[in-house]
Amino acid sequence: MAHQAAPGANTRLFHPGYEGHSQISARTLGFWLYMLSDALLFTALFAAYAVLDTPMNAAGGPIASQIVNPVEGFWQTIIILASVTSYSLATVAMKNGNRSGTMLGIVVALVLGAAFVAFGFNDLASLAAQGNGMDRSGYLSAYFVLILTHALHMIFGALWMLVMLVQIPRYGFNEMVVARLLNLRMFWQFQATVWVCVYIYVYMIGA
Amino acid sequence: MHLQFPGPWSPLLGRLTLNAIPYTNPILQGTFVGAAVIALLVVGSVLYFKKVGYFWREWLTSVDHKKIGVMYIVIGLVMLFRGFVDGLMMRTQQVMANGPHASGVLGSMHGFLPPYHFDQVYSAHGTIMILFAATPILTGFQNIVVPLQIGARDMAFPYMNALSLWLTTAGAVLVMISLFVGDFSAAGWVGLIPLTELPYSPGVGVDYWMWAIQISSIGTTLNAINMIVTIVKMRAPGMTWFRLPIFSWTTLSTNIIGLTAFPVLGVALALLGADRYLGTHFFTAGMGGNLMLYTNLFWIWGHPEVYFLILPVFGILSEVVPTFCEKPLFGYVTMVAATFAIAGVSWLVWLHHFFTMGAGPDINGFFSIATMLVGIPTGVKVFNWAFTMYRARITYTVPMMWAMFGLFLLLAGGLTGMMLAIPAVNYTVHDSVFVIAHFHCMVLLVVAAAFAGVTYWFPKLFGFKLSEAWGKVFFWLFSSGTVVVFAAMFALGFQGETRRLDWTYNTAWMPMLLVEEFGMLLYCLSLAAFAIMLVVSIRDRAKNRAGADPWGTSRTLEWLTPSPVPFYNFAMTPQVNTRDELAWRRKHGLENAKPDHYEAIHMPSNSGLPVIIGGLSAVWGFAMIWRIWWLAAISILAIIVCVIIRSFDKNEGYHLQPGEIEAMERDLATGMITSEQPDRSHNNAIHAEAH
Repeated sequence: MAHQAAPGANTRLFHPGYEGHSQISARTLGFWLYMLSDALLFTALFAAYAVLDTPMNAAGGPIASQIVNPVEGFWQTIIILASVTSYSLATVAMKNGNRSGTMLGIVVALVLGAAFVAFGFNDLASLAAQGNGMDRSGYLSAYFVLILTHALHMIFGALWMLVMLVQIPRYGFNEMVVARLLNLRMFWQFQATVWVCVYIYVYMIGA
Repeated sequence: MHLQFPGPWSPLLGRLTLNAIPYTNPILQGTFVGAAVIALLVVGSVLYFKKVGYFWREWLTSVDHKKIGVMYIVIGLVMLFRGFVDGLMMRTQQVMANGPHASGVLGSMHGFLPPYHFDQVYSAHGTIMILFAATPILTGFQNIVVPLQIGARDMAFPYMNALSLWLTTAGAVLVMISLFVGDFSAAGWVGLIPLTELPYSPGVGVDYWMWAIQISSIGTTLNAINMIVTIVKMRAPGMTWFRLPIFSWTTLSTNIIGLTAFPVLGVALALLGADRYLGTHFFTAGMGGNLMLYTNLFWIWGHPEVYFLILPVFGILSEVVPTFCEKPLFGYVTMVAATFAIAGVSWLVWLHHFFTMGAGPDINGFFSIATMLVGIPTGVKVFNWAFTMYRARITYTVPMMWAMFGLFLLLAGGLTGMMLAIPAVNYTVHDSVFVIAHFHCMVLLVVAAAFAGVTYWFPKLFGFKLSEAWGKVFFWLFSSGTVVVFAAMFALGFQGETRRLDWTYNTAWMPMLLVEEFGMLLYCLSLAAFAIMLVVSIRDRAKNRAGADPWGTSRTLEWLTPSPVPFYNFAMTPQVNTRDELAWRRKHGLENAKPDHYEAIHMPSNSGLPVIIGGLSAVWGFAMIWRIWWLAAISILAIIVCVIIRSFDKNEGYHLQPGEIEAMERDLATGMITSEQPDRSHNNAIHAEAH
């Protein structure tokens, strides 16, 4: 392990021409680490949801089975998975150097993502209109904040897509643009993964 | 939107009125005058010596990891002073307000601080010391030392590094603003629930506490990502994992903790914020809230945070002890294993902060045993340091003295920690000052290691040593003060004094309270010694010039660079041949070997955006605290715009040419200081084009 080799003719003290690490690999690792912290954020929210998902914490208000609709949630799940597929096809087009194909895939992913978020907001708004808003009970607070936090991530991803739709035609597939597109793919797939957890944990178990 | 709080609200200024400024409070008047004088002196001298451009170019917009590290440490030391003054006020209040007949001054019934003010003082003390003093100081060391130790030119993401610094600063600025505009939280640094809820804390104090922590912890999370990527990706050729210096190992483990723990704190505070701003019921006392949910979430972050602070401290000790023992560290591999064992166990012990929750013997038993497990790897570390010192040729320099004092504190704090890990004992002394004395041993270990680090690495950064004589005066005053204050506090804990008392009702505590106050006097004197040490050292800097290796016995790669370190760190990337590379080179007479030629170095360009985003974050926090919605909306939009602007920035840095490097290296050899970057605002910048 700690070999104490005596210096000889082959001993190198300096390393001329050292290239260092590649930008894309450092950025990708960094982004994975960011997603680890984001996963912990959702973990804490799921834990809070689990603690507050009891009739006592509903404080006389509705409980999970009275507000979640697994069929509606199913269509939302299909939409978000379609959005991820579309984005993945965009990165396949990027691999082929096809700018317009990439942009088309991103636009479709963006539209589907917006539809997903609109679906979710519509759900929450109708609940609030029935007097079951997030200030009704501890349970509803956890439900609203979990869904809203996920929606906020989706909106952030959509904003990122808009920026990329400007940068792809402007810069082409240079190192920075490619790194951003790859990280955005991870981010988008991660949000779909989180949604699948929400669907199973909140919609299917709750129903 | 839920806006049920007392007092006026206007669309333009939110809750802010003239009454928010405590101009009638004599203590704050004095503080304000003092702060204003210091601020005028600093700003005035910058203007007088025409250094505005220098500060903007060399510091505020710098992406150099060493400058950023120095700024972290300066902020940390300023906040350490602020936290110390809070501590001094608490100790003095408890002496003055002892017994039923204690008189009061400044409108207070006992002592000089009314209860509400006293509560703010201890809340601020804890928040500042943990999050705005210890964390920035240790982050600063990691920034400065790790890239040098692993043979890198900078961090993996220099721009994001600057952003982390300015987000942390924004949090610190909010805490300082709370002194003069509004008030600070009176609900403890942990945010005692449901006291922090809007009906019980309707003022802005809790909001200051919450947003200051929230903003600075985003900076800490970003910094954790940066550190991990730097260590994983940027090690010099030959720097295999088991040649990595222990300080870099501890930095890696501590930032894994930081990365995974801080999001949980973010959630705990965000849910509290939802309760206060949106009217939700996560932690409210009725309507289906759950109080212990907050306490659990807070400590799921809070306990890993303790090890987030202590692991880099162990790293500093592991650098200082072998240097001044002139021996390799005993048990390197076990040291690494122990570091990661502590990091792993840190996730399994949070409940020992509230054994009295009443979770029952099975849960308390689990957490009790998990807590005791921490003692095993920590014991391994202590024995490793002890065996390094055993039969060594120890030089009693200032850093070594701090390190040995640190070991003493670790023993006192660690063994009382083992006592507290037993639930039965814990029930007896819960919320007594015994607990306070225990964890102050641990956090003062952080301070001791911080001063060891400051004295140890100071010559590396500034090119001259700190005065040994005054350093020793400072050391003895500070360490005696620590022993006097906290030995007495352990005794008071056994006498039944509970924590957070603005009025110490039992006259039998008076002798020990007086002993504590005497210890505070020693601390005050040590502060003066610290100031004199700085002045004397700067005055005599020509006499104390430091070479590449001022201690003569250092072992790791950072001491291979000239002192002060040039902004490009290594003129040529070193090849690492063994663990403790410099010690190996010195043994074979190679420590002064220079490369035979130089190559162009790619350097990142400075950027003003991080400091602007930091400023906007502070504005955003202020707007949220005072509920000035328009200002909050504008500042958050401005932050998003800044981030997007940055993504369109094509300036990818510049190349330092071999001729320039050769000239600078020649100057360095003759003792000239070239830590400043040459001005190259326009020429040589690389413009990224589509490849």
